[in-house]
Amino acid sequence: MPLLNLRLTKPKILVDLNGISSLDSIRETSGGLSIGAMTRQSRVERSSLVRERCPILAEAIRYIGHVAIRHRGTIGGSLVHADPAAELPAVALALDAKFEVARDGRDRVIPAAEFFIDYLTSALAPDEILREIVFPMVRPSSGYALEEVTRRHGDFAIAGVVAIVDLDEAAKIADVRVALFGVASTSVRARKLERALMGQEPNEHVFRDAAALLDDVLDPPGDIHASTAYRKHAAAVLTARALHRAVQVCHDRRL
Amino acid sequence: MSSKRAIEITVNEKRYEGLVEPRISLADFLRDQLGLTGTHLGCEQGICGSCTVLFNGETVRSCLLLAVQANGAAILTVEGLAAKAQIGDRLHPIQQGFLETLGFQCGFCTPGFLMTLYEFLNENPSPSEDEIRERLSGNLCRCTGYQNIVAAALWAAERLRAKSDR
Repeated sequence: MPLLNLRLTKPKILVDLNGISSLDSIRETSGGLSIGAMTRQSRVERSSLVRERCPILAEAIRYIGHVAIRHRGTIGGSLVHADPAAELPAVALALDAKFEVARDGRDRVIPAAEFFIDYLTSALAPDEILREIVFPMVRPSSGYALEEVTRRHGDFAIAGVVAIVDLDEAAKIADVRVALFGVASTSVRARKLERALMGQEPNEHVFRDAAALLDDVLDPPGDIHASTAYRKHAAAVLTARALHRAVQVCHDRRL
Repeated sequence: MSSKRAIEITVNEKRYEGLVEPRISLADFLRDQLGLTGTHLGCEQGICGSCTVLFNGETVRSCLLLAVQANGAAILTVEGLAAKAQIGDRLHPIQQGFLETLGFQCGFCTPGFLMTLYEFLNENPSPSEDEIRERLSGNLCRCTGYQNIVAAALWAAERLRAKSDR
């Protein structure tokens, strides 16, 4: 709608998907939590099923805009819009969510790693719509955290990170997923950092050393809000902070 | 040009039926077709919050919705707010709060703040100052510096609590 109001786009035909009630759903399925593309963000935020099975999703939605925005904004809308500074694409990447896409009766599934192509560009073809997103459940033993820097509450992030961590019986890192947003043309997984953390003891030194690995990988854009150097620094600090908090949540959830 | 669509919409508990162009936003419909100019249009991109109204009981940006999407919906605008107050009050306690604490200067943003607070204080009758500030972060005011708006919200919350205790 802002694009229409600002006359940046002038479509001849506009199709309102709000009439398709089957796109508004939150279900537990074999693949995880399946959420219809037109499900309102505020409904997902309040859903007890989401809070129980995929709490990082509910947590991330609190950072999207403001209440009045989340009442109308949809999960699918945010993902397909593919803003590189948005929270939900990073959550989808971190969880390896699957995007179920429909075209004239023919469906296909796009993994999150292949869904975000570039600034505001997803892998959807012009004649396709997103039907449903399947978020694999966060294991009950896992910890999670989202950290971001914004000018004001609800703004798009200057830099942000989603971290999900699981520990083994010896309290070493058994699984770790880190996805950054606001620092590239799409959200990005920090695979090198994830590999370096596997099997490590979760402490501040390890987190800081791992976050330093981002330096080689990230080349964030500089703009009026923040320089490249600031974004890089913020990304590393936020990553260490998110890992720390995720491990805390991990411990809390085990008590 | 596309043809007009019939819509039926309840605004401030009054039912309207009429024809609208599909391209008209809910905000423009309220202002231009119904003459309810209390809903203000600031940025027209969902940032400023001035056009906030209640759509089936939930706050929305009326600039980000088309009027045809409100077909069948119940809308509450700032013009309907006073009627939500208990009998005998000229203004809703939230409006009174803005008056008591000088919660506005030019007044452009005020309708949006009032509607945002109406939803918020229903949800959370005893908010902390931080909670008020977080919720109001979706509404921009370029005059007041927000201090007196927060004071208005606290004043209104107290008055509403006192009313519900009675």
